[in-house]
Amino acid sequence: MKRIKGVEEDSNSSSSKSPPEVCKKVRKQTSDESVAVVASESTESDWARLPQELLLHIFQYLPLLDRAYASQVCRTWNQAFHMPELWRCFEFELNQPASSYLKATHPDLIKQIIKRHSNHLQYVSFKVDSSTESAEAACDILSQLVNCSLKTLGLISTARPSFMEVPKSHFISALTVVFVNSKSLSSLKIDDTPVDDPSLKVLVANNSDTLKLLKMSSCPHVSPAGILCVADQCHGLRELALNYHLLSDELLLALSSEKHVHLEHLRIDVVSENPGQHFHTIKKSSWDAMVRHSPKFNLVMYFFLYEDEFGPFFNEEVPVTHLYFGRSVSKEVLGRVGLHCPRLVELVVCANGLRPLDEELIRIAKHCTQLSAIGLGECEVSCSAFVEFVKMCGRRLSQLSIMEEVLIPDHKYSLDEIHWEVSKHLGRVWFPDMMPTWCRFVTSVSHRCLRRSRQLPGCTRKARTPRA
Amino acid sequence: MAPNSIHWFRKGLRLHDNPALLQAVRGAGTVRCVYFLDPWFAGSSNVGVNRWRFLLQCLEDLDANLRKLNSRLFVIRGQPANVFPRLFKEWKISRLTFEYDSEPFGKERDAAIKKLAMEAGVEVNVKTSHTLYDLDKIIELNGGQPPLTYKRFQTLISRLDPPEMPVETLSDALMGGCVTPVSEDHGDKYGVPSLEELGFDTEGLPTAVWPGGETEALTRIERHLERKAWVANFERPRMNANSLLASPTGLSPYLRFGCLSCRLFYFKLTDLYRKVKKNSSPPLSLYGQLLWREFFYTTATNNPRFDKMEGNPICVRIPWDKNPEALAKWAEAKTGFPWIDAIMTQLRQEGWIHHLARHAVACFLTRGDLWISWEEGMKVFEELLLDADWSVNAGSWMWLSCSSFFQQFFHCYCPVGFGRRTDPNGDFIRRYLPVLRGFPAKYIYDPWNAPESVQAAAKCVIGVHYPKPMVHHAEASRLNIERMKQIYQQLSRYRGLARLPRVTAAGASCSTFTIKKTRGRAAANSDCNRTYTSNSNSLVGRPLLSFVSITNIFELLGGYGYMLRI
Repeated sequence: MKRIKGVEEDSNSSSSKSPPEVCKKVRKQTSDESVAVVASESTESDWARLPQELLLHIFQYLPLLDRAYASQVCRTWNQAFHMPELWRCFEFELNQPASSYLKATHPDLIKQIIKRHSNHLQYVSFKVDSSTESAEAACDILSQLVNCSLKTLGLISTARPSFMEVPKSHFISALTVVFVNSKSLSSLKIDDTPVDDPSLKVLVANNSDTLKLLKMSSCPHVSPAGILCVADQCHGLRELALNYHLLSDELLLALSSEKHVHLEHLRIDVVSENPGQHFHTIKKSSWDAMVRHSPKFNLVMYFFLYEDEFGPFFNEEVPVTHLYFGRSVSKEVLGRVGLHCPRLVELVVCANGLRPLDEELIRIAKHCTQLSAIGLGECEVSCSAFVEFVKMCGRRLSQLSIMEEVLIPDHKYSLDEIHWEVSKHLGRVWFPDMMPTWCRFVTSVSHRCLRRSRQLPGCTRKARTPRA
Repeated sequence: MAPNSIHWFRKGLRLHDNPALLQAVRGAGTVRCVYFLDPWFAGSSNVGVNRWRFLLQCLEDLDANLRKLNSRLFVIRGQPANVFPRLFKEWKISRLTFEYDSEPFGKERDAAIKKLAMEAGVEVNVKTSHTLYDLDKIIELNGGQPPLTYKRFQTLISRLDPPEMPVETLSDALMGGCVTPVSEDHGDKYGVPSLEELGFDTEGLPTAVWPGGETEALTRIERHLERKAWVANFERPRMNANSLLASPTGLSPYLRFGCLSCRLFYFKLTDLYRKVKKNSSPPLSLYGQLLWREFFYTTATNNPRFDKMEGNPICVRIPWDKNPEALAKWAEAKTGFPWIDAIMTQLRQEGWIHHLARHAVACFLTRGDLWISWEEGMKVFEELLLDADWSVNAGSWMWLSCSSFFQQFFHCYCPVGFGRRTDPNGDFIRRYLPVLRGFPAKYIYDPWNAPESVQAAAKCVIGVHYPKPMVHHAEASRLNIERMKQIYQQLSRYRGLARLPRVTAAGASCSTFTIKKTRGRAAANSDCNRTYTSNSNSLVGRPLLSFVSITNIFELLGGYGYMLRI
């Protein structure tokens, strides 16, 4: 029997496998699942008599390529291959050889899915590389999904936001095909796409009762009014991700109206387009309304700002739970975080200046009583302050990811001692994170030593004369 | 009759602590030390002029030191497999010695030569001296698998006996009656070639910042230890503006070529520590830098695909972008980020950059900004970096691009802030990018933000005399953190790693956006009556650190490799 062409998935792992091996595997799986299969393996017909639901169960455990091979065994298995249950989820991978190292879903398979299984599809995602062709191919597929009813749709740019390169009208018309036809869309991830206000209106008009998750970070064509329309109409919305410029007092009030279900997650990305950008503020009363309406909601904030752009943030209480500082953040702002973020659960600081964050951390430990995870990158903390911080937080610190360079040994603790001390307070073994030293065998003189050595004339000479 | 020996130099370009070399002269009538300018190592296209020069200087030095023992170095043009049979015959060889090479291609080459030698009736002696430990023993101790975290590696090491002491330096006394027959035309036939002979244009080539050779290496290690003794601080030195420059105590290229024995370094460090710290026993961290090298050698020794993403069981498959123009800008120091460009200029000019500078440019190329495959960066380092070693280079690139060894990935080095914190004045930038010399410290890391008047005063208009930044860093790092999260989320599902906390009650732990390749589990669950996808897969509210927690689950990585192998 000839092999099905065009099933490219996972080929490096299993393409070399021949059907008999698959059979063996199927047998093994079956027995694993303790399904009573008659042990007589004498005739093929025994296999054909395997009840469909068992076959389905087994097939669900096989990757597509193995299923394709198995489908060549007999007619029954071939029928099983096409059962709708096996086609509810599909991930289209659209890559071009010129822009990606990964294989793409074979065009023949895509054709087959559109022809035979598009009405079965419910959970669909598109992974698209950095090329515009791939993004356009995704739009082409989307616009052919006329007779399907999707529950989940994800458009994922795996390298660069390539959907932004597609002509907006092309993208919008493809997306609205899904919006109009699906009617019961519940999850939508369309980050970094040219989606706009009118298309969100179409979404709302058709899916307002079912929409529960909407991720649309960095969609420049959406306005605050556009997202407000979604919040006003989709009362079942539980998870929302957007950029700070779309966040408004009105939006928060809409999300906390009586008709609205409790929000579970709100993710806000604060990205500066150009240095010195001015950001608006959100009223404390709006946040208060949110917390009253959805007391358990997670507010996740990602900051990618220059240090001097933090002015409008953290001056009043914010119900933020997860806080990520992707660029340098000043000591002062972290001090304000310690005062105004009582719900803080998780904190990541990628970088800070060269002054130790001792008081700030202690303050955070004191005021943020929910804090259970912290990550520090290019920062400095003295070992004793860090131990104090860990002691104050104690065992609730379930994640503690600290670069080794962050910890500055002092009179109380050396680097070798600190992991014992911290482990003791955490009640589990803990080590700082390390980066490979990559063959550096240079004794450079540390800051402190330099400071010390400046008092000894002549001592730094060696360090300062690089070999000509 | 006393045997005639060949000692084959590859790495280990030294007379001190060279057990295989001692084996060659022991009781021998004649010894000839050979070095092949062999395409296995050379493949001249891939190696830059600085590395070639370093190698040739090492060979010159080796030859000079052998002369002191009335011997010479024989540089043989050709491939070992082609030339050895002739040499065996011509020189009536009965013994061949060389240092053990742990790298997969080296092992393959050596196995072939061993076979040749055996067929010619030549006895082969191989000794380990490029690494501190017998790597196979470490792997055996770990149940046959290489350790995939540095912590695990340290644990294994602490259970092994300490490394063997270095052996004596080859001397007249050790040579005994063993001689090297040298012909009149030795220089013509076996001399060390010049760069010109190898086809390099040396006009305008500045003098080497890192002179090659064992003699230099031994001077440096003394200086290095002197400095350490003076500082009396055995902790990892912290970064500052000075550490960015090549230091006369730097040792990494010498260890790479084996001009310096790692065991000699190890024991000298131990002695010094005992002396300074009054006989307290040294912590493992004292040898940190040596152990990292050992770690990568161990993980690579049985993995011929260690320098690739595809087919490499310990490497996560990340959908890197193919972008030759962007790669070229990075490699040629035209990114428009002075910090990155200065480092890449230093690398091209001198062949060495500080390890944190390596982190900065590697992060920028891969997960931080450009999202270009680590393999491309590794190749550029291979060409330019004096100490680039197959295992260490590939391992470090995988590490820094978060492709393996489960690193925290939340932290990306900022191409502006990182440099500014290290060298606030920007002297490093001015040294390597003279075009920016006129900029005040305030703008030297982000000159595109300087007002036009400042640019005019600096006689450098951004976009004309120096490129504009090739990416918007804030936007790029936002995107790339998301990409990284997607990948790790997908990974975390391989074994249904359900310990990641979930907040919603929706129950189903199935994936929405990453469905395929999850062998079964997700596919099996995909039929649950999901009304909407629970946040276990929505990135909203996914606590970033929960993914960072993956740091410890190299178990998971094993699972990943397992998936690839099936």
